[in-house]
Amino acid sequence: MAEEVKLFGGMWASLYSRRIEIALKMTGVQFEFIEEDLQNKSPLLLQYNSIHKKVPVLLHNGMPIAESLIILEYINETWPDNPILPRDPYDRAMARFWARFIDEKLIWVSWDAYRSKEEDQGKAIEEACKQLKALENELKEKEFFGGDTVGYLDIAAIMVASWFGVMQEVMKVELLTEENFPNLCQWVEKFVDCPIVKECLPHKEKMVEFIRVLLKDFLASR
Amino acid sequence: MKENFLFHNYCYVSVCFFLSDRQVERDVTTSYKSSTPTIEKLRKKEMGEENKVTLYGMWASPFVRRVEIALKIKGIPYEYVEEDLRNKSQFLLQYNPVHKKVPVLVHNGNPIAESLIILEYINETWKNGPKILPEDPFERAKVRFWADFLQQQFLDSLRSATKSSGEAHEKAMKDVFEKLTVFEEGTEGFFPNGTPHFEGENLGFLDIVLCSLFGSHKVGEEALAMKIIDPERHPLIHSWVTAMNELPVVKETLPPHDKMVSFIQSLRGNSLD
Repeated sequence: MAEEVKLFGGMWASLYSRRIEIALKMTGVQFEFIEEDLQNKSPLLLQYNSIHKKVPVLLHNGMPIAESLIILEYINETWPDNPILPRDPYDRAMARFWARFIDEKLIWVSWDAYRSKEEDQGKAIEEACKQLKALENELKEKEFFGGDTVGYLDIAAIMVASWFGVMQEVMKVELLTEENFPNLCQWVEKFVDCPIVKECLPHKEKMVEFIRVLLKDFLASR
Repeated sequence: MKENFLFHNYCYVSVCFFLSDRQVERDVTTSYKSSTPTIEKLRKKEMGEENKVTLYGMWASPFVRRVEIALKIKGIPYEYVEEDLRNKSQFLLQYNPVHKKVPVLVHNGNPIAESLIILEYINETWKNGPKILPEDPFERAKVRFWADFLQQQFLDSLRSATKSSGEAHEKAMKDVFEKLTVFEEGTEGFFPNGTPHFEGENLGFLDIVLCSLFGSHKVGEEALAMKIIDPERHPLIHSWVTAMNELPVVKETLPPHDKMVSFIQSLRGNSLD
């Protein structure tokens, strides 16, 4: 049977979906992208991800897989010729640890820092910077988290590469500065410059405009 | 009855949240400088002893229990180090500086934190013995999905319920029960014959996670003099947990019964003050 791979994803600004696009392109898998209107989700999406009702969902030969980090592992295991996870179990454990750290801690703490009122901002920024420092130390002076090439953790860290820069401009709060995080900032430049990533990642200016509109009520109330 | 089931889980599962949250403030003032030479010495010693495995844990922690079950299933010899979560050791803080929590597995001097990540590491590093994760990528994705569901969505609901009161608490509790029902219905497909049954000690990733969260229901029942897991409301979870509780490896890793009962009672006593 010919392999059928479909990716139900969000529109261009939806970064979790971009993770999967990048991974599939790096792996060289042919796939069909089905864009979901997140305000009006299709019956198919709701069927394939009935628990969370979210994108991205990968459909492989009719079998659905949800949750972006779980999908990345699935891609790594199903198409092992171009693996995105390290081969060594310890390196894998570290990659998984930091990916979870980004999704479960860093993003939320940083969001708090960006949206806090002035009086609470100092503490929130301090906390976010502590977490960014931990990630900076993990990267050290490697070109990518994956070593010489983009891997699972680089793909997971797309949030750092894209969202932070956008939020900084929209909210006028500086977190990820070159002065404090030279390794991470250098990584961002290299990552967004990779051909496959460039294809998939939206332009910063476009994202900034989009987020500004999305958050206009919140910004107006500040 | 609903409240007691919830409360039991609050007590048991929240043990580590509660203790480790309180600890965070103290950790900020911990000086690491003087401990560095000691840690380096310890690491060198551990790396010299090939395949040395150390588990830093706390006796009541369901997350630590997961790792113990996995190590025992695989027949991996290990040293267990009990941590006082109100006074964490310099080793724990150096091995898990990001979260400062248990469990931490140290293998050949290399630390791994986060229980689900440790389970995956054990599965990939020790190829002998039963496989903790299925071989098929799609089956793996399914067990990872449901383990995540318990670890994230379910525990988040539980946390909300324990931190709220009045109407918000009622709403949060309803959410907790709904999540259990979602899990019950979503995992039916894992048991085509209906009843969960385990050959030998062939526990898998999701079994271990479920067992760690709900396996101690009998302790809770004694501590609170109430039925905890309702076989009518969640028959699959009930029969799944009951089947696992028969296994020697699960019995071995259960925290001491009486100690746990008084622990839960004292936790309840403190929160009612």
